[in-house]
Formats: sequence, structure tokens, C-alpha cells
Amino acid sequence: MTVLEQPGAYHLAPPPAWRPRLDPAPLLPDGEPYHLLGTEADLDPELLSRLHAGVVRGRRFNEQATALTKQGRLAVYPSSTGQEAAEVAAGLVLAEQDWLFPSYRDTLAAVARGLDPVEVLSLLRGDWHSGYDPRATRVAPLSTPLATQLPHAVGLAHAARLRGDDTVALAMVGDGGTSEGDFHEALNFAAVWQSPVVFLVQNNGFAISVPLAKQTAAPSLAHKAVGYGMPGRLVDGNDAAATHQVLGEAIERAREGGGPTLVEAVTYRMEAHTNADDASRYRSSEEVEHWRAHDPIALLERELRALGRLDEHTVEAVRADAEDMAAGMRDRMNADPVLCPTELFEHVYDQRTPQLREQSALLRAELAADEELAAETAAGGTGAERAGVPSGADEGVRRPGSETR
Amino acid sequence: MSTVETISAADGTTAARKPVTMAQALNQALRDAMLEDPTVHLMGEDIGTLGGVFRVTDGLAAEFGEDRCTDTPLAEAGILGSAIGMAMYGLRPVVEMQFDAFAYPSFEQLVSHAARMRNRTRGALPMPITVRVPYGGGIGGVEHHSDSSEAYYMATPGLQVVTPATVADAYGLLRAAIVAEDPVIFMEPKRLYWGKADWSSAEPERVPPIGRAVVRRRGASATLITYGPSVPVCMAAAEAARAEGWDLEVVDLRSLVPFDDVTVAESVRRTGRAVVVHESAGFGGPGGEIAARITERCFHHLEAPVLRVTGFDIPYPPPMLESHHLPGVERVLDAVGRLQWESDWTASGVSSAGGFEGGGE
Ligand SMILES: Cc1ncc(C[n+]2csc(CCOP(=O)(O)OP(=O)(O)O)c2C)c(N)n1
Ligand SMILES: [Mg+2]
Repeated sequence: MTVLEQPGAYHLAPPPAWRPRLDPAPLLPDGEPYHLLGTEADLDPELLSRLHAGVVRGRRFNEQATALTKQGRLAVYPSSTGQEAAEVAAGLVLAEQDWLFPSYRDTLAAVARGLDPVEVLSLLRGDWHSGYDPRATRVAPLSTPLATQLPHAVGLAHAARLRGDDTVALAMVGDGGTSEGDFHEALNFAAVWQSPVVFLVQNNGFAISVPLAKQTAAPSLAHKAVGYGMPGRLVDGNDAAATHQVLGEAIERAREGGGPTLVEAVTYRMEAHTNADDASRYRSSEEVEHWRAHDPIALLERELRALGRLDEHTVEAVRADAEDMAAGMRDRMNADPVLCPTELFEHVYDQRTPQLREQSALLRAELAADEELAAETAAGGTGAERAGVPSGADEGVRRPGSETR
Repeated sequence: MSTVETISAADGTTAARKPVTMAQALNQALRDAMLEDPTVHLMGEDIGTLGGVFRVTDGLAAEFGEDRCTDTPLAEAGILGSAIGMAMYGLRPVVEMQFDAFAYPSFEQLVSHAARMRNRTRGALPMPITVRVPYGGGIGGVEHHSDSSEAYYMATPGLQVVTPATVADAYGLLRAAIVAEDPVIFMEPKRLYWGKADWSSAEPERVPPIGRAVVRRRGASATLITYGPSVPVCMAAAEAARAEGWDLEVVDLRSLVPFDDVTVAESVRRTGRAVVVHESAGFGGPGGEIAARITERCFHHLEAPVLRVTGFDIPYPPPMLESHHLPGVERVLDAVGRLQWESDWTASGVSSAGGFEGGGE
């Protein structure tokens, strides 16, 4: 029987799940983004040095990946230039057993965690979808459908808690992604289950061309946490020290059973959405210049200099390390990847279905015919000509191990 | 060769068999899977205290605790998305979608992640997730409670799509789905939940694996190819067809993905005629794929075009009109009647005046 059929019942006995309203005050984010660099705060110089080396490498990684894209070595690259502080803090803050759930923009967080840059770039190079082993690295595949990785992080953290492990999941998403249903569902599940998960929203001002004002009417993205019953934290995402600290606190809280946290890191995307985007259509260069003055590397270097921890020698060493990484990326990305077309059928199911076996045989036969034709052409073109194919018709025939595009 | 099994076939076991509903057999399958494997976790809406709106999870939360049989918040994408994360951590989630049409919010998680995760990661992250979907009409359900959504799932590489039509298959296929290393969409014909058969929970009979079709009724005139809720309809049609002089074979597909081309083609080559029967809409539906596959493999054995008897190409009708929509015995027999019986080529067709005896090619 419904409440309506029982007049007054609601007043006599409240529904069983009714509970007193929680006080939202402790869940509310600060009014201004939390920051540490340039304040009186006592900061760990070792940590600052690690963050500094990370963001310098990160900037170089973004530059190198962008250059490789221009040269046709990557299909597309969504740069995180300007966002290196949040990316690197996310990559460095995790404990060994923790999991990272990155989006397509968060290659750098995965690299900062220690993954091989070339493996991380597989998706964007296009030689496979995910180039690293998520179980071995505890980094989930880069996720392209917006916010869909967030429920995965919740489920994984939930499973870890059920098993009694002290694993925490850190899930990354953009400001635009917070409008997706999966964002809402993930935060709600995490709060109901008190899962050890931390959500990091990088508010870089835009979802491709759409500014935040068209995305939400919330006081801040961090405020969204309150409606789910979890704390929201607002942090300066260009301040690597502050972001590292806020994430670290949220992660330890989650590890100790305190439940999830939503962290909004306010930052700015200095480059276009990807190499294929034209940012001049939707934002002014003055705005970009304004944010250049708040550069994450400059903020860290100023702090380290003030602490006497950065001289020209250290700067040079950090730069040389980043240069080494970039040179390694160039060398390896300029070599053609080894492609195996018939591998396409290997990982669709645990066992190939009869239909996939047939299709795999078809492709294998096509490849064999291509190779035969190429071999005959190379041996004087007789075979191809006998078959009525003009010599040179095999140009553009793709063989395993040849060009990616 | 295909297996001949009738719905009430004795399997020679000694354990006591008694009438059991499909819902009870499904419940037993979940319970046995949970007992056998502590990584099996049930998730869904109202599956805990209530035991599910169809009572398929009855008693499981009490027996295994709420961490193993969990009432989740009402959010299907969240359910499936978190199941994916749980599978990434080594658990084996079994998700209940409350009704066919209420699984749609989970579609993106299913299509973009569950179905692709193994492929994307070169096998590093298999997704041993079972998604139970009560489906189909004929239960007098109001709008959004009677969809046949199997074609959507079939169109997604990486998913297996399985549907039982018998009590024994309900148990056996669900156990197989749960141990499978890939995501399985386990489609439960709502209409058959309360259908009973003699069955032993102590010694459940063994059934063929996922990917194998079963000949439920041997016949020589034509093959009815069907699955799930339409299997009993086709069995009844085959009985009724005897009066017309037709001896119909009935193939229960059981598994739409992977598809058992061998059993289907073997049957159609023998009978020379085929009708595909299902409830979901014909246009873009499973029948088109099946008919094409038959034509590709049996062209020279066919006496008539492969026909389809399906739901109309309309949104599922309101309950007072659904009887007009659902393929029934009459519509199946009408289709059989249109299989060009005036021709007499087939090896074993009833009309083969000068035909020769024997089956196969
Ligand atoms: C479900 C979905 N819809 C649309 C897109 C296309 N798309 C890719 S990135 C993007 C903008 C996302 O903005 P935001 O979440 O702020 O992340 P950012 O790119 O700024 O890091 C859009 C619309 C997508 N990837 N997934
Ligand atoms: Mg953005």
C-alpha cells in the first residue's frame, strides 16, 4: 500500500530509511582554490624537487608528443600543457597498490606514475587501443567516452574494500565530464558504498570549445560533492604542492575507511583541445596570456629558488633528464611499430568463435596474397603482369610491419 | 552432429526429479555458483531483501550477506560500470537488470567498455561479467516491460548472448555464463519463468555448452529455428503441423552469440526449408542475420526462401494488443505453408513424390 492510500501514515511513522539531515558544512569546499606555493607554508623540499622534475619532464613530454603528431607519428594528441602540475601530482601521489583511472588527456599522469611513454601513447599512435598492461601497472586504460571510467574506479575500489585490501582508486575527469550521467552515478555509488576512491576533476575552463558557464550552474564543481554526502575540495591545480597535498589527504582518508572525496583542481588548458582544434574560435589570446603568468613550472621554480634548492646546475640536470626522455620518445616513435593484423581476432573473446576463425583465415589469405604479389613484383613483375595487374599496383599495399598510416 | 533433446527428456540420473520452475532453477544456479566461487557477486535493484521482482535471487542476500548480493542505487550505468571495475579487480559480478527496457541506461558501459576491455588491453583485462536481462512479452506488462532487446546485444562484438528455453538450460547455461571469461548477456524469457519441468537440484542434468544449438524435435519437412520464449510456440506449432502432414524440426539456438552455424546448417540441409521465429522486430532483427547465414551455407539445399515470423516493426504494443504482435502457432504454420511445397526437390520433404530417402548432403 502506498503512502497516499494511508492518509497520515507518513506523520505517524517516518519511512524506515529516513535519517536526520547531515550537516553539510564540513563537506563544503573552501571559497577560494587552496594553494601553497608562494605562501608561508613549510614545504618538503624533497617533494618540491620531485614535483619540479616531474612537471619539467611533463612539459617536454607534451611538446614532444605534439611535435610527433605534426609529423604524422600520432593520430591525435590532446595536450595537457598548462595542466602538468595536476597531472604530475596525480601520478606521484599514489602508493604502489593504488590504481589510477586516467582520461584521454591524462597520458602525463600515467607517465609520471612511471609508465613507458611509448606504451602510454599507443592509443593516440593507433597501433593498439591500450599499450600497457593495466593489471601490472595499476593504471586503467585511457578512457575516451567522458566520465565512463569513474564507475570503474568505484567498482574497483569497492572490490578492494570487500577483499580487505588497502587499495585506493584515483579517477580523473574534466570539467565537461562532470555533466555526464556517469559522473553522477559514480559519485553516488562511491558515497553510498563509502568506497576508497578519490575523484579528481581538472577544471581547465573548457570542454573543447564550451566554457564552464555553459556546463553547470553549481557554485563550483567541488560543491557537487555535497549533494552526494562526500567532501568537496577546491585546489589551485597549477600549484603542484597544493594539489599533491589535497590529493594525498583525500587518498589517506579513503584508505583509512573515511570514504570518497571530490577534488576540483582549477587549471587552464594552454593548447587547443587537440592538434585538430582551433582554439582561436572560442577564446582570446589575452586570456591565454593571463594564465601563462600562472605557469606551474614557474611557480615551483620560484619556490625552490627561494628555498635555495634550485641553482643553474639543478635546472640543467632536470632539463637534460627531460631531453633524454624526449629523445627516447622520438627514436622509438619514429620507428614503425610492428603490426600483426591477425591479432585483431585474438582478444575479442577468450576463445575465438567459429565465425572469427573464418574471418581470421580470410584476412590471413589476403595478407599472403599481398605478400606473394609483392614478392613477384620485386622479382621482376612477371607474376603480377601474368595476372593482368600493371606493375606498381602494389604501391600502397600494407604489409605487417609497414607504415601505420 | 547435433544433439536431440526433448524438453522433458529423461537424463538417466537417479536423483529425485520434481517439478521446478525456471525461476527456481535460475535461483539454484546463482546459489551454487556463489557457493562454489567466493568471487561471484550479485548486484542489482531489489535483489537483496526482496529477492528480485521475479524472485530469482530469493534468499541469497540472507544466505551470503549483502556484500555478495547487493541492492545497489537505482542507476544501471553505475551498476554495470562498477561491475566492470570489480571485474578489473578479479571479482566475477552477476548483474540483474530489472527489466529488458531498463537495461538501456547501461548501454554505453556495455558497448564501450565491457565488450571491448579484453580487446583493448590485449587480453590483460578480461570481463567475466554476467548480465541477466529478463526479456520478452506475453506477460501483460505495460509499456517498457516487454522488449526483446537481443538484437542490440548481438550487434556488439565482444558480448556473448545466451537465452534458455528450458528449466535444465536455465540452470546449465547460467552456470556456464558465470564461469565464462567474457561478458555474457543472459536473456531470461519472462514468460517462461513460471513454466515447470521435472528437474533435480541435487543432480542438475548436463547441458551442451554456450555456443551450441540443440534440436528439440526431429523432423523432416522443414526446420523452425528459434530461441527463448518462442521455443514452446514452435514446439506447439510442430505438434499442430502434423495434422497438415508436415513433420517439423525445431532448433533451439540457446546461444545467439556465438552462433551455431553447424547445427543450423546441418538441419536445414536435411529438411531443405527453414523458418526463423522470434518475438523481436523483424527489420534489423536476429532473423535477418540467421536467414543470411543459412542462405550462404545451404543455398543448394533450399527448396524455398528462408522465411521469418517475428514481432512487427512497431514499438512493443500495450498489453491488451500484444497477442496480435507475438508470433503464435497460427502465424508459424502460415509461414510453413508458404514454403513452396509444390516443388519436390528435397531429399526428405513430405511432398517429394519421386524423391530419394536419406538425410544430409
Ligand atoms: C560521451 C562522450 N561525448 C562526447 C565526447 C567528445 N569529446 C571528447 S573530449 C570532449 C570535451 C571534454 O571536456 P572536459 O571534460 O572538460 O575535458 P578536457 O578535454 O577539457 O580535458 C568532448 C565533448 C566524448 N569523448 N565522450
Ligand atoms: Mg575541460
